[in-house]
Amino acid sequence: MKRVLFDMLTYLLIPLWFVLLTLPFLGISGSIKLGAVLLVCSAFIKIVETQYIASLPNILENRVERIKNRAKKIDGRLNMGVMLLILVLLPFTLNRYSIDIAIIAGIYIVLALGLNIVVGLAGLLALGYIAFYAVGAYTFALLSTQYHVSFWTALPIGGLLAAVFGLLLGAPTLRLRGDYLAIVTLGFGEITRIILNNWDALTGGPNGVMDIGRPEIFGYRFNTPAAFYYLILIMAIITATVVKRLNESRIGRAWVAIREDEVAAEAMGIDTTKMKLLAFSLGAAIAGIAGVFYAAKMSFVSPESFTFLESIIILCMVVIGGIGSIPGVILGAVVLIVLPETLREFQDYRMLVFGASMVIMMIFRPQGLLGSSARRMELEPVDERALGHEDESLYDIKKGERLE
Amino acid sequence: MFLQQLINGLTVGSVYALIALGYTMVYGILGLINFAHGEIYMTGAYLGVIFFGIFTVMGLTAKSLTLSIILTFILSIVYSSAYGYTIEKIAYRPLRHAPRLSPLITALGVSIFLQNYVMLSQGAKDKVFPTILSGGFTIGNATVSNLQIFIMVTSVVLMVLLHLFITKTRIGTAMRATAQDKKMASLLGINVDNVISATFIIGSGLAAAGGMMIAMHYGLINFYMGYVAGLKAFTAAVLGGIGNIPGAMLGGIVLGLVEALGAGYISSEYKDVFAFGILILVLLFKPSGLLGENLQEKV
Repeated sequence: MKRVLFDMLTYLLIPLWFVLLTLPFLGISGSIKLGAVLLVCSAFIKIVETQYIASLPNILENRVERIKNRAKKIDGRLNMGVMLLILVLLPFTLNRYSIDIAIIAGIYIVLALGLNIVVGLAGLLALGYIAFYAVGAYTFALLSTQYHVSFWTALPIGGLLAAVFGLLLGAPTLRLRGDYLAIVTLGFGEITRIILNNWDALTGGPNGVMDIGRPEIFGYRFNTPAAFYYLILIMAIITATVVKRLNESRIGRAWVAIREDEVAAEAMGIDTTKMKLLAFSLGAAIAGIAGVFYAAKMSFVSPESFTFLESIIILCMVVIGGIGSIPGVILGAVVLIVLPETLREFQDYRMLVFGASMVIMMIFRPQGLLGSSARRMELEPVDERALGHEDESLYDIKKGERLE
Repeated sequence: MFLQQLINGLTVGSVYALIALGYTMVYGILGLINFAHGEIYMTGAYLGVIFFGIFTVMGLTAKSLTLSIILTFILSIVYSSAYGYTIEKIAYRPLRHAPRLSPLITALGVSIFLQNYVMLSQGAKDKVFPTILSGGFTIGNATVSNLQIFIMVTSVVLMVLLHLFITKTRIGTAMRATAQDKKMASLLGINVDNVISATFIIGSGLAAAGGMMIAMHYGLINFYMGYVAGLKAFTAAVLGGIGNIPGAMLGGIVLGLVEALGAGYISSEYKDVFAFGILILVLLFKPSGLLGENLQEKV
């Protein structure tokens, strides 16, 4: 009896805590409403059994595993060709607005794949990735409006220039560890945006650059959303292939070695500085190319498209999708672009729900939606032997160890 | 001109230092960049406006301004600490053993959530903090407002209190031990979870104090003010050497000064560039920050 009473009290306590917490913001009626909702929720949880809730992560895990297996089966049956066919036919089934969202998703897939090289493979936490995207976008914007350079010429120039910026930033800073690198790249991203915003003579300041040329090929001008959709589809496929092949190459293995243990990698004869620089500038180049496409698609660029929040969203795509896994990163990009669109019915509450779902998603699947199985092994070691392999790499501070 | 910018820089810098302390303490113990910390600062500023408004309606402000200011500060700090405690419990504690980037994502999720929570409940328009503590005096050709003195004095008092807390009390000692080696600390009977909670409570309280003082200084607050302030404060923490408490104080002051002098002498539009530029420069020449120890890598 005492036990039951105690249980009931704790269930009352949590809603009461939140009522008090939200009181100044929501007012008396608002916070009491919230408390009532929480009370109903916690009662519901009580009824559905705590046991079930506790095993929820495992159930989810199994479900995802089953879906993955099914996807593999379907993949075996349908193969890449059919998937490609679906993607190619997609614009015919969508309206203009949806195609635009698909294009945006495509751009972010390319960006997330590029950042995946830096964060996922080489393990360098970069928080100013959007700056390279901005470099690409402004390169094409300025070359097109002032010198009438075509899209196809600007594409490699934008990529190269972004890579040069990556090298310039990376050369002195890559010897900094983990979070110091994060803050330096963050600073670089902000500096880039502020300069774009204030250098009126060159960049047009906050008004941005307008009337950027459209791509043309054999006299055909890209001006329908579908044309851009196909262009970004090709770019995304090329990027995914490049990243996949890099991942499986000698370079990719060197990156993973650096990510897992830099000292050991160096001892094995990997030129860590060179490899890190390569990862950084390759990631930058991909962002630059995506930026050129963005400028061509929008035919308008302004500094407000390149805020810190954008860098963060791309990082979220990589982590939520499953860091290091290419299908995961693609899924992450699609989810983070499509999710806010589907949440439109919540209107004002859209971003509130978005923030909350980020937290919930990470609590239930810390390795991301399609985290690689190797990473899951690291997270939930099945036996002592796997535990023995635990290390203090950038992503695993298991058992409370801190990277020095 | 120089003196004026010096005073402005010190005012803003001391607030940066207060927020930076929260970043640096959490980082020192968890190794986590707590991106939601800037939002706690914003929440603190809003709570200040709300409580001060309530006291004004109740008529307490008219009776005793000092008492209502003190009560506003205490309530807002307590409330923000409760927010910090709750956030840690919901968003960080379940991820204690997760990959390192996962809590970073929940921190960002919390940050987006809090911004929108405040925007939806309090409106997207700027809120006004009533002018209190007006007046001031002049030194040479620089004017110093009483409010600026108040901000600097309060910050210094809070920092001294924090220093005493960290060095003299039992929990403070436990905090330092946990920051050094979590596993060892838990072996010696320190409840690491409680220490982490305490860290969040103290850090959030300091950020709230900073938020309220900035609200009083500028007179206007909005729901996105936490973002830039958070970035700057984190920069200050890294500048001083992240994980290092005196470093965060020094970093905040240096950042405030660089910004104010840069804005005054070169260009106010580029003041954020100076802030981040000085950070990059310091890190290039002293990668561990101004006061950070140069840790040898253990193999």
